[in-house]
Amino acid sequence: MAVMTYREALNLALREEMRRDPSVFVIGEEVGLYEGAYKVTQGLLREFGPRRVVDTPIAESGFTGVGIGAAMTGLRPVVEMMTFNFALVAVDQIVNTAAKIRYMSGGQYHVPIVIRGPGGPAAQLGAQHSQSMESYFYHVPGLKVVRPTTPMDAKGLLKSAIRDDDPVIFIESETLYNVKGDVPEDPDFLIPLGQAIVRREGTDVTVIAYMGMCYRAMEVAEELAAEGISVEIVDPRTLRPMDTESIIGSVRKTHRAVVVEAGAGFAGMGSEIAAFITERAFDDLDAPVERVTGANAPMPYARNLEKLKTPSKDRIAAAVRRVCYANGG
Amino acid sequence: MAKTITRQEPALGVDAELARRLLGEMLLIRRFEEKAAEAYALGKIGGFLHLYIGEEAVAVGATSVLRPDDYAISAYREHGHCLAKGSDPRRAMAELYGRRDGLSKGKGGSMHLFDRSVNFLGGHAIVGAHLPVAAGVGFGIKYRGGDQVVVCYFGDGAVPQGEFHESMNLVALWKLPVIYVCENNRYAMGTSTERALAQTEIWQFGRTYGIPAERVDGMDVLAVREAVGRAVERARADKTPALIEADTYRFRGHSMRDPAGAVYRTREEVEREKQRDPIALFRGYALAAKLVTDDDVRTLEKDAVDRVDEAVAFADASPEPPGEWLFTDIYGEPPREA
Repeated sequence: MAVMTYREALNLALREEMRRDPSVFVIGEEVGLYEGAYKVTQGLLREFGPRRVVDTPIAESGFTGVGIGAAMTGLRPVVEMMTFNFALVAVDQIVNTAAKIRYMSGGQYHVPIVIRGPGGPAAQLGAQHSQSMESYFYHVPGLKVVRPTTPMDAKGLLKSAIRDDDPVIFIESETLYNVKGDVPEDPDFLIPLGQAIVRREGTDVTVIAYMGMCYRAMEVAEELAAEGISVEIVDPRTLRPMDTESIIGSVRKTHRAVVVEAGAGFAGMGSEIAAFITERAFDDLDAPVERVTGANAPMPYARNLEKLKTPSKDRIAAAVRRVCYANGG
Repeated sequence: MAKTITRQEPALGVDAELARRLLGEMLLIRRFEEKAAEAYALGKIGGFLHLYIGEEAVAVGATSVLRPDDYAISAYREHGHCLAKGSDPRRAMAELYGRRDGLSKGKGGSMHLFDRSVNFLGGHAIVGAHLPVAAGVGFGIKYRGGDQVVVCYFGDGAVPQGEFHESMNLVALWKLPVIYVCENNRYAMGTSTERALAQTEIWQFGRTYGIPAERVDGMDVLAVREAVGRAVERARADKTPALIEADTYRFRGHSMRDPAGAVYRTREEVEREKQRDPIALFRGYALAAKLVTDDDVRTLEKDAVDRVDEAVAFADASPEPPGEWLFTDIYGEPPREA
C-alpha cells in the first residue's frame, strides 16, 4: 500500500495495464507531448512511445470513432476526453455505435473501449465545463458507467474497466485529482465493476453518494454523529450496472435513505435510486426517500451562485434530519 | 495525384473466370434486392429497406480486389457490400426477415448486417458515423503491423457531415490504410448534391486533405475494380489512404417508403440513368469481348435466381428469435439489472 493522489493512481493504472497488455493504448487530445491537460497521462509517452500514446487533433467524434473501430478489431483503447463535457460531441459514437455494436451484430463484435476524463462540478469553470455528465450515459443499455470516489477506487476500477469487454464510461473529477489516499501497488489489484462499498457504517439512515458528494456526506455524517444520528454511507462506485443489492441491504437495516447527487435533480441518478428503493424496500422504509440534488439550473460562474448550485452540507444534513424526524430537519 | 479516369479497353487482367464472377455477383445482389422488395411488400420484412439496385458495380468491383482478411464497412444501404464480401445470402435474407438464423440473430435488421466470418463490420445507420470507425480499423491494422486494408462505403449524403471531414483529416494525418468509396448516387434521400454540397465534385476533397483521390464511373465494374485496385496496392504498400468517388445511381427510391423516388427527380432522368445499368453494360462488354457466352449468362442468371430463392426459403423457415434474446448480447456477461 502506498499513499498517492487520485491522479497518480489513475496514471499507475494506465501504466500497469499498458505493460500488461500490448493491445492497450491511450488516445486523445494532449495525452502525449503535453502529458495530459490534467496530467493523468504524465510520462506515458516517454515509457510507451507515440504508437501507444496517441495525440489527436480536436475531433472528439472522429477519435472516439477511431477507438471504436480499433476496439472492434482487437485493440483496447483508452480514449481520454480532456473534460467529459467534450464527450457530448462524440455522443453519437458512444451511444449509437459503441453501446450497440454487440447487440446489432448479434454478439459477433464487441467494443472493449474505455472513455475516461474528468466531469462533474469543478471550480468556476462555468456552464459548459462544469456539469455532471453521467446522466447522459447511464441511461444507455450497453454502456457501463463508473464514478470512482477515492484514489484506490480510481486505480482498481480503471484497471477493471480496461480489462472489461464492454464500453466503459469512466468519469473522474477535476476536484479530486489531488486527493490523497491509500492505493495498493499490487498490479493484480482490481475492483470489480458493479460493486458498491459502504464508506461508513451506521444504523439510522443510509446516505447514497459518490465523488465529491460522498466526501461532503462523510463530513455531514461526522457532524450528525454528535447529534446522535448514525449515518451509513454507501458509494455505488459503478452507476451501471448498479449494485442495487448493497443499497437495498443497507436501507433494510437503517429504514431510511437519502440520495445525494451533484447533478441537476430532474431525472437524475437520485431519481433512479429513489425509485428502486421505493419499489423494492417500501415496507422497510420509515420515511420517504429524500433526494438532495444539484439545482435544476446550468452551472453559474459567480462563486456565490456556484455554491448554491451543488448540494451543501447544510442541505444534506437537513435531509438526513428530516428522514429521521429529528430536530432541525 | 488526383485525376479522373476513363475506361481503358481491354481492361487489364480480365479473364473469363473473373468476368463470370463479377457478373454473377452483380446478378446475385440484383436478384437479392428484387426479392427483398417483394418480401417487403408481403410484410415479411419491416422497418426501413434501402435497395442497392443500380449500384451493384461499386460493391462488386471494389470487393474483387480485396483479400478475405481485408475489412469492409458500410452504411445502411449495405446488402450488396455484405454479399459481395462473401456473406451467405441465406443468412443475410434471414436477417432482413428478423429471424434467428440471420447474420445478427435477427437483432440488426436490414440496416445492420454484420458478418465477422468475412470481416464485414456492419451496417451503420447514422449517416457519416462509420467513417471514423473505418479509420479506427485502419489504425488497428497499422498498430498490429498488418498489411490488410479497409474499404469504407458511404453515400454522397455523408459528405456534408463533420465526420467525413474528421475522418479524411485523421487518415491522412496518421496515414491509415483506409479506402473511402463514396457512392455518389446524386441524392441524399431527396436532396441532390447540388442542394447539399458547396463542392459537388466529392473526390476533390481528397486534394484538400492530401489524399489520393479520383472519380470513377460507378456503373462500370471494371473501372471501379481498377481504381480501388490502385488504392489497395498503395494502401498495402505504405498505408496510403484513398478517396474514390463512384458516379452511380439508385434505380429505386431512397427506401421502400419512397417507392417511385420521383418527387425530387424526373422520371426521364431515372429512365435515362437506367440505360447505364451496370449489369447490362458489363454483360454487353463481356459478351462482345467473348469473355462469356450466352449460355454462361443464362447459367449465371439462373444461379442467382436459385440462390436467392433458396435464401428466401431459408429465411421463411427460420424461426423468430426466442424472447430471452431480448436481453442477450447487450454486455459480455449477463446484465445484473433485469
